Amino acid sequence: MKKLLKIVTMAAALGTASLGLSVPAFAWQPDKPINFIIMAGKGGGADKMARLMQSIVEKDSLASRPLVPVNKSGGSGAEALIAAKSSNDPNHTIMVTLNSFYTTPLRQPGLDVDVLQFAPIARMAEDTFLLWVHADTGITTFEQWLDVARNEGRNWVMGGTGSNSEDNIITDFLNTNYGLDMKYIPYKGGGAVAKDVAGKQINSSVNNPSEAIGFWQSGDMVPLVAFTDERLPMFPDVPTLREKGGDFSYFMQRSVVGAPGMSPEAADYYSTLFAQVFASEGWQDYRTKKSLMGELMSGDELTAYWKLQRNNHESILRASGAIK
Amino acid sequence: MDILFSLIDGIMIALQPMNLGLAIVGVIVGLFVGAMPGLGSVNGVAILLPFTFVIHNISGGATSPMIFLAAVYYGAMYGGAISSVALGIPGASTAVATTFDGRPLALQGRAHIALMAAALASFAGATISNVLFTAFAPMLASVALDFGNPEIFALMLLAFATFAGLGGDDVAKTIFSICFGLALSAVGFDIISGEPRLLFFDIQGFSHGIRFLVLAIGIYGIAEMLWTLNSARGDSSISKVDVSFASMFEAMSRFRHAWRGTLIGSALGFFVGLLPAAGATPASLMSYGIAKMTSRDSKNFGKGALDGVAAPEAANNSASTGAMLPMMTLGIPGSPTTAVLLAGMVIWGLEPGPLLFTEQPDFVWPLIGSFYISNFVAVLVNIAFIPLFLWMLRMPFTILVPLVFVLSVVGTYAAYMNMFDVWLMVLVGIGGFFMRMMNYPVAPAVLAIVLGPIAEPTLRQTLMQYETFTVFLTRPIAGPITIAAIFLILLPMVRPLIARIRGGRAGAKGI
Repeated sequence: MKKLLKIVTMAAALGTASLGLSVPAFAWQPDKPINFIIMAGKGGGADKMARLMQSIVEKDSLASRPLVPVNKSGGSGAEALIAAKSSNDPNHTIMVTLNSFYTTPLRQPGLDVDVLQFAPIARMAEDTFLLWVHADTGITTFEQWLDVARNEGRNWVMGGTGSNSEDNIITDFLNTNYGLDMKYIPYKGGGAVAKDVAGKQINSSVNNPSEAIGFWQSGDMVPLVAFTDERLPMFPDVPTLREKGGDFSYFMQRSVVGAPGMSPEAADYYSTLFAQVFASEGWQDYRTKKSLMGELMSGDELTAYWKLQRNNHESILRASGAIK
Repeated sequence: MDILFSLIDGIMIALQPMNLGLAIVGVIVGLFVGAMPGLGSVNGVAILLPFTFVIHNISGGATSPMIFLAAVYYGAMYGGAISSVALGIPGASTAVATTFDGRPLALQGRAHIALMAAALASFAGATISNVLFTAFAPMLASVALDFGNPEIFALMLLAFATFAGLGGDDVAKTIFSICFGLALSAVGFDIISGEPRLLFFDIQGFSHGIRFLVLAIGIYGIAEMLWTLNSARGDSSISKVDVSFASMFEAMSRFRHAWRGTLIGSALGFFVGLLPAAGATPASLMSYGIAKMTSRDSKNFGKGALDGVAAPEAANNSASTGAMLPMMTLGIPGSPTTAVLLAGMVIWGLEPGPLLFTEQPDFVWPLIGSFYISNFVAVLVNIAFIPLFLWMLRMPFTILVPLVFVLSVVGTYAAYMNMFDVWLMVLVGIGGFFMRMMNYPVAPAVLAIVLGPIAEPTLRQTLMQYETFTVFLTRPIAGPITIAAIFLILLPMVRPLIARIRGGRAGAKGI
């Protein structure tokens, strides 16, 4: 028995040694599977992206321990934030976040979550928003859309993901600044919203390109305006709202964060890991296909970005009356 | 005609040695994952997704890995019935309805007949929906688009209506049971406002809602065993089955009595599977309800009716194929499992959506071909393994009961990796036992917790958008469904009246 134990120990030591040779030396390495929390339900944009990251890590053998994805979609991400905050092993807990990372703690102060306490690992992309209608409406420009939506008043229905979410913020902006009175219907996910625009169940949406791309290619859905600073390479003919005189652009962050309390060494490890994912062919290809923007960001730069974004969202939500 | 040629081409590719081998391995793995209580197709597919990268590297295309995952999916759908029948614990949420009659059949010593009916009904359901899928895929995509919130809610109403008759004669207790299930399904976060609600004692575990499997395993695993212990008082109540060729053939020939349930399940399953947001679990429950309502022998349902096994099993397989359709043609998964498959397709560089069929025929047709092959492999493998599963039933009662308790705990933990859910499952089990003691039907509560999360947002979204209830009656698709639902709800109240009128007439004739 003792002999066996010795052999096992030796084999383990050998294994560690050979591992040390093949992987660049880190001050910290995961020693068990990594808890990979997804702040959204299965099948949505955030989920697809998270699973792509996981598969790139898996495919290119970037980490010595697997990432284990767990979807925690409850309460616009509140469930995920609480799970990360109360994790008893912050070094092995990372999370893929959306803008609900800022908005949910602002709207629910009872959660007692401060986003600046999370470890800044990597901002992988900024997703973009466009205004969509069904092709059969005959609307081709933003001005035409404004006319129709204004005439329809309360009968013009805009669908979006969740209440006080990204989609709701954009809808509120359009309502207040263009004299519209659109009705906003919250859905569970962006895919369902796009499907209902394509099925003419609702009038328009502000889907991300990844959610609407299929219906755009099939000619069902038409983009009218992009809420970006510059035109998107994939939609060169679609003007930005800024070109149309609106002082507004809006992005969705796609960041990987570490649980509060993660050691700096562990955060370094994950930052390097996700920088490799970012540089991979699979990720770059996905960025192009889904019209994603935003360069890689990490460390203090990322914390500063969160701070700015959180303050922006605070003023947006305050202006719309969602928070006091 | 083009479709036929494409299909034959696709089947030929699916029959290539490597693809066929993957289909066989996938089906066997899926069968055992599905048979494990708690683990269903979604777990099988999610666990094996990383493995498909290896296949992708070897085969160099997306077809072989997808064939493998589709085979796992099918295998798991077949496998779910096994523990439902043999142990009385639903193998997966899709197989909950199978326990309603599968378990009584096993207790009567007819487990072989139930398992055979499940296998053959699954095969029939999958075959029928494969044919429908092949022939009408592009056309059916637009049907899914025509189903907006009012239509989906009307359909949910219909499902509840079919279950009003499910709880037996006591309508009041059934309605109570449905309301209880609806209340449990409301726990968690409000989808519309994003606010937390019904988080008892502020326990964090309630924030993701009460999971369906927690309820199903608690009621059918723990409560059922407590009930058996309570009524059996120690002596073995589970009849043994002889495994012989003769008994297997007898089981096969008995299947002819289950054609009605099989047809209802196949048709309804495919249709419900098509709708994004629904999936195989509601499909199997609804099929059970309708098979019971329309049966001449509805009194026998819940006591070991073969149609009661065939309908949900045909439906869950049929819905699995149906759910592939919105996933492939609209890019919207109809069930949690297809959500994982969708992620897989994106990773392999495919673009699911309205153009997939025209732009990626080299991927689509071999995949469809593999549905036929996997289904065929699955039924053969399943039948071959039936003797092994029957052997589980030969276990002495003193071993079986603790085993079911252990599997209930392990299965719940495996599904959610969370001790809170395990404790909740035990609590639900004890509660379910007392419900049964007091003669409250539990099946309607189970249905309510599945359909509640679909019915609630669609009802509220409809009312927000149209600001009136009449929309459920005036829309061309929603209208007839709502009227049918109202009719079914009123039926139990009208029936005694009709009977009285008829009785009166008969009496008059007699004079």
